[in-house]
Amino acid sequence: MSKRARALFLGLLSPAILLLVVGGASAEDAAWNLNMPRGVTEVSQAAYDIHMIMIWVCTVIGVLVFGFMFYIMFAHRKSRGVTAANFHENLTVEILWTIVPALILIVMAVPATTALLKVYDTENPDIDIKVTGYQWKWQYEYIGEGVKFMSELRTSQDEQYGRAPKGEHYLREVTQPLVIPANKKVRFLITGNDVIHSWWVPDFAVKRDAIPGLFTAAWAKTDQPGVYVGACTELCGKDHSRMPVVVEVKEEAEYDAWLAGKKEEAVIYQSTIGKEWTNQELLAKGEAVYAVSCAGCHQAAGEGIPGVFPALVGSSIVTGPVEGHIGILINGVAGSAMQSFADQLSEVDIAAVIHYKRNSWGNDMGDIVQPVDVLNYKQNQ
Amino acid sequence: MAHGPSENFFSRWLFSTNHKDIGTLYLWFSFAMFLLGGAFAMVIRAELFQPGMQLIKPEFFNQMTTMHGLVMVFGAIMPAFVGLANWMIPMMIGAPDMALPRMNNLSFWILPFAFAILVSTLFMEGGGPNFGWTFYAPLSTTYAPDTVNYFIFGVHIMGASSIMGSINIIATVMNMRAPGMTYMKMPLFVWTWVITAFLLVAVMPVLAGAVTMMLMDINFGTSFFDAAGGGDPVLFQHVFWFFGHPEVYIIILPAFGVVSQIIPTFSRKPLFGYSSMVYATASIAFLSFIVWAHHMFTVGMPIAGELYFMYATMLIAVPTGVKVFNWVTTMYKGALTFETPMLFSIAFVILFTFGGFTGMMLSIAAADTQYHDTYFVVAHFHYVMVAGAVFSGTAAVYYWLPKWCGRMYDETMGKLQFWIAFIAFNITFMPQHFLGLAGMPRRYSDYGLQFADWNMVSSIGAFMYGGAQLLFLYNVIRTIGWGKPISDPKVWEGAEGLEWTLPTPAPFHTFSTPPVVK
Repeated sequence: MSKRARALFLGLLSPAILLLVVGGASAEDAAWNLNMPRGVTEVSQAAYDIHMIMIWVCTVIGVLVFGFMFYIMFAHRKSRGVTAANFHENLTVEILWTIVPALILIVMAVPATTALLKVYDTENPDIDIKVTGYQWKWQYEYIGEGVKFMSELRTSQDEQYGRAPKGEHYLREVTQPLVIPANKKVRFLITGNDVIHSWWVPDFAVKRDAIPGLFTAAWAKTDQPGVYVGACTELCGKDHSRMPVVVEVKEEAEYDAWLAGKKEEAVIYQSTIGKEWTNQELLAKGEAVYAVSCAGCHQAAGEGIPGVFPALVGSSIVTGPVEGHIGILINGVAGSAMQSFADQLSEVDIAAVIHYKRNSWGNDMGDIVQPVDVLNYKQNQ
Repeated sequence: MAHGPSENFFSRWLFSTNHKDIGTLYLWFSFAMFLLGGAFAMVIRAELFQPGMQLIKPEFFNQMTTMHGLVMVFGAIMPAFVGLANWMIPMMIGAPDMALPRMNNLSFWILPFAFAILVSTLFMEGGGPNFGWTFYAPLSTTYAPDTVNYFIFGVHIMGASSIMGSINIIATVMNMRAPGMTYMKMPLFVWTWVITAFLLVAVMPVLAGAVTMMLMDINFGTSFFDAAGGGDPVLFQHVFWFFGHPEVYIIILPAFGVVSQIIPTFSRKPLFGYSSMVYATASIAFLSFIVWAHHMFTVGMPIAGELYFMYATMLIAVPTGVKVFNWVTTMYKGALTFETPMLFSIAFVILFTFGGFTGMMLSIAAADTQYHDTYFVVAHFHYVMVAGAVFSGTAAVYYWLPKWCGRMYDETMGKLQFWIAFIAFNITFMPQHFLGLAGMPRRYSDYGLQFADWNMVSSIGAFMYGGAQLLFLYNVIRTIGWGKPISDPKVWEGAEGLEWTLPTPAPFHTFSTPPVVK
């Protein structure tokens, strides 16, 4: 083989070599990761197994077809003095290479069907959790337990814009992870509040679109406690890459203790609604809520993005009557990106953030908005 | 009574009804769009070079991914193959021109306006379309910037252009074949284009319907895609992919045709299994209509639907396999040489097949749960779109350019471009498979640190690939202006077909008297 020919073959062969590399690679190496994780549930392992079957089937076919091509490119070069044959038809081989691939596909359809049946086996769960996608965060509701919370990105803007070093869990950390027990069949009922999102946990092979107005279902059951990180996988606007999914699987006893704690928190919270909050308390709380829930659109100093998200500085709503301002947060603005925060934020949070907006960045209303005002507004609706 | 093109530059190009001049216009327009869409891709890869937001804002990143997809699909690849069809179909079937020359002019000249409208939105308040080239509702309706109306208008014009172009191709092939040029004697490039034209006529109105429903939802208070008003966001996806899946075959079928012309020429041997190639193309086109929901395996379809779309999708491997086997067997026992068009065609067969493998993996619904909307999908469709359609288009230009302009391109430079493009392509897109499998979703403006290494590799490859296109531009201009003049009608030793019986360079008017095909 001439040097040029060898270079040609090796060059053209590179995809096949890489294919083999993927086939043989382990999932251990984190940084130069090549393959999908095998995961910790029956479904994820079934998905992984069919994935590997497909890789090997494709590798074998690829080696045969590409190998034959390279042989031809070597043996039937004009520079070797060959003369071209003139055949251009052979019914037998045509039939053969139609039927053989069809048979391979039929064989592969069997494990593919079995795996899919597992994905759809969502009946008889031990626990139901409602997952709602918001721009750009997740809400988890433990159905029948009265526990509900938002899970939002914790990575700071400074880290994202290079003003601070990036932490180990950059874009993979949330304010509160979803907590589920080990060894229980957990069913996720997934929906969207605004646009379509998609809730993905690779280690569970759970990926279902969160569609406004519809519910999709998926399930997971694992015996391996740990923290599993996933992502939103349907383009949902500018912070699509900033709404990670973090699921913590706890041993059953630990989970029960955690759930009891969450219920208690809810009770304690109720008592803070009636309390008289001071200007300073509200501003501090409001600033924190604003950074997480509002700044994404209305920007850090309320300046908005012209033509997309309105500015809050000098806005007629922010500088208008308190009731109108509360109404916007509770009901949202139909037909726009301004969603209803009634289910996302507590009365305290809503009151604090409204107070903060009315008394920051040059807005100087001087009035005080109390949580009880928000509660009254809700009850009078 | 042959006469040449108008002496006046403006009347020659603006008012042209000549298939060769309009073909040239299409090709230059598509190359301009290719560079523009490529520039968008460079912005994307530059931002993704490292984790964190370094160069642009997330909302602009989304505009870049959207515009990259729209410009490449509708502005670069589709018009490139329409340009090739305009140049080559009349010459291949022995016709003097296209059947509807004035409509030909119109179908080209509305395109620059469509893209001027689309691209101008980038400079407007609120920015350009930012909802992905698949523009799923309600992100593209309720939550879209106001400029979405310009996008909708642009898509309507593009659709009208495609439909007119397709009608023209169908009318030409049905009515203007030379005596003796029966359907089963037509070159495969003509066959693949006729089938493509039927696909276009069938699905472009569906796309127009989808964007019109969006227009109504946005401006006139209807609720086609709004659940709160009794509509269904998933309906949008069904309608879009009923257009979208045939659309990807609209892009790849003419590419099949090009490769089916080039491989026999440089193998010096007739195409193996001509009739099975025709039937396989028709089967792929038929299947393309009944597999659309495999793009929607995660929307929560009933399992019966999911199983059906999985099986139907797997079936596509059969006719596609037939085509690959036919190309390989065409080369078998030929006398091969490796000029630039042949190198691009062989790379096409290998890399397209590789993209076909990942396509089969994606068809397995349970595994697709993991692949869906990750970089694995991005890698898959760039293997079939770039190494498929773009490589094939590049091969076509190198193959036919000497015929068009009577000058030979620089072979060394052509091969240099090929090797840079081939290597850079794989450096760019092979790691994206790994990124997707490791869990990186597509359309992400920023990512966790675990994806940093492969993203950097991919970006380096992308810059190299972009550079190779500038070499291509230089090589084409150099050939047209200063290439070595040639006059051999055949150009290539192994070339067969009516187009190679014409003088080189091809005169302004050809086959004024139809040739007779025996």
